[in-house]
Amino acid sequence: MIFLLDILTATLRNATPLVFGVVGETYTERAGILNLGIEGTMYAGAFFGFAATAVTGSLELGILAAIVVGVASGAVMGLFSVTLGTSQHVAGIGLTLGLIGISEFINRLYFGSSEGLRRIESYQLLEPFGPDNIFNQYALTYIAFLVVAPLGWWVLRSTSFGLGIRAVGENPEAADAAGLSVSLYRYAALMIGSALAAVGGAFITLATLGTFTLGIIAGRGWVVIALVIFGRWRIWRGVFGALVFAGVFSLQLRLRILPGWDAVPFELLLALPYLVVIAALAISGRNVEYPGAYLKPYRRD
Amino acid sequence: MSKMRHRSRFFMVLLVVITTLAAAACSSDDGEAGDGDTIAVFGAFATQIEEPWDGVIHRALLAEEEDGNISYTFTDDIGYSGDMERILTEVAEQDKPDIVFGDAFGNEDAVRRVADAYPDIAFVFGSGGGPADPNFSVFDNWIHEPAYLAGMLAGGLTTTNVVGVVGGFPVPEVNRITNAFVAGAQAQNEGVEVKVTFINSWFDPAAAKEAALAQIDAGADAVYAERFGVIEAAQEKGLLAFGNMSDQKDLAPENVVSSVVWDMAPTVAYVIDQVGAGSYTAQDLKDFSMLAKGGASLAPINTSVVGGVDQALIDAVNAKEAEIKSGVFRVDINEAEPAGSVGG
Repeated sequence: MIFLLDILTATLRNATPLVFGVVGETYTERAGILNLGIEGTMYAGAFFGFAATAVTGSLELGILAAIVVGVASGAVMGLFSVTLGTSQHVAGIGLTLGLIGISEFINRLYFGSSEGLRRIESYQLLEPFGPDNIFNQYALTYIAFLVVAPLGWWVLRSTSFGLGIRAVGENPEAADAAGLSVSLYRYAALMIGSALAAVGGAFITLATLGTFTLGIIAGRGWVVIALVIFGRWRIWRGVFGALVFAGVFSLQLRLRILPGWDAVPFELLLALPYLVVIAALAISGRNVEYPGAYLKPYRRD
Repeated sequence: MSKMRHRSRFFMVLLVVITTLAAAACSSDDGEAGDGDTIAVFGAFATQIEEPWDGVIHRALLAEEEDGNISYTFTDDIGYSGDMERILTEVAEQDKPDIVFGDAFGNEDAVRRVADAYPDIAFVFGSGGGPADPNFSVFDNWIHEPAYLAGMLAGGLTTTNVVGVVGGFPVPEVNRITNAFVAGAQAQNEGVEVKVTFINSWFDPAAAKEAALAQIDAGADAVYAERFGVIEAAQEKGLLAFGNMSDQKDLAPENVVSSVVWDMAPTVAYVIDQVGAGSYTAQDLKDFSMLAKGGASLAPINTSVVGGVDQALIDAVNAKEAEIKSGVFRVDINEAEPAGSVGG
């Protein structure tokens, strides 16, 4: 029983950065843009959030810095994929490489000289019902599950803004004819999505660790891309996917150290979360309906 | 329309240029080596210098440069896909340094080919293989001795009789310090159970922290942080941790009992002396990375951790350290992959 509660607690914690990313990336993809810059955006959010907190001493300014960096990287992605209409794959990968390079470069300039890792006072776990229970989480975890996911779902589903985003991703010609600015909605979706992804990255430096090291995102951005497809571009399904992934991840770490589990190669256990998502994708992913204008730049001509 | 396409191509090129510059900015290679009187040293690192292993080599060389003993340039983040051979060859042709330090793991054949082609340059590389005449010397982080001592501390300090180790990959370098830590813990505390997790990454501190938290959930109250991220888990839970590669007490002064430290200074100083005296030969520099010659050490024991450290335990560790230094006691080198749960 305690074993299960431990796993549940760890699952919510590990799903948090993925939930921010999944909600954000769902917005951009529903607007018709595959943003492969998300890995770099999460990385830059983690770094600039950490750097801002290290300089100012304020965690809130760290989150703000991550949001600013996210909005900026969404704007750059918009420049390439919306204004210039270039290949979204190339622009996204380029953005990821660029943002990781810039983050590591500035990290070396400002934090590289010290002997050890620079440590900031990070977010502490909240204990609304005392220590050692499932509610023992960071504030950002509460925000992810109680604010970002439900609000993101409601806005996309039930507001005219959400309808606009879905319209420009489904049928930009019709949206344009109805008087919506396709590029405006796509820019907005990119900026919202990237800001959320950047906060998801900042969660790792500002809450989980309190330090920044290279490789800090370690592919979580790519996991988010897979989870959005797993969720068939629906927020609640994507969040569910994030919980499944984080749950299997947390489970396998605990199985590995049980006596007798050496019969299973630990590499297989580590691969388990990915295998489960791939399997679920293969089973449920038939007849997936991509947003109608997925990957297509819009030109009025 | 065609104007538009033209402009977008320009921006794509611009993006590629910016990306390349940003990536290139992470390595420094200003090629002023090999100018006569001072010994010129080049560092060739497969990973970024922020990675702890290569960072130890880099810092030892920086210290020698600051003392005015050498001139030093380096290139890092060379990777494992063919650039090592090109960069080493270019440096050997153009800058002609006296010594090249680096790590050969993952580039073993390439490094040895270049060393063979330039016998006048001393190649000193971290390697799992042996030295090669006339100019290829090897070293490695032989820090199993302080890992054993850290294990003694962990075994003596645990109240739950469960301790943990979180490592990167189960490669020989990690296996032998893990096994030595386990041996030390068991020597001090027969009934201790050691949980061992590999995260299959050199850089994923968030996963390393989760692995440590899983061990803590399973009862561990002292964890050895072969990778970054583990100390943060111990701190969050108010438990004990051991650092690796450098003294990591500052990360969590109330939780880090000690650290298993690797110092390349003795190796670097010896090679510089030999090259300066013209008596350099290819050899295995293993001893210079061990306890007796100061290349490996246990960081000062931090008695202000939660729960404190018993003086009797400190005495036992100090006595064992003296035995290792004098050669009376030898820590086994066991490079087999440890199980996920040992003893108990």
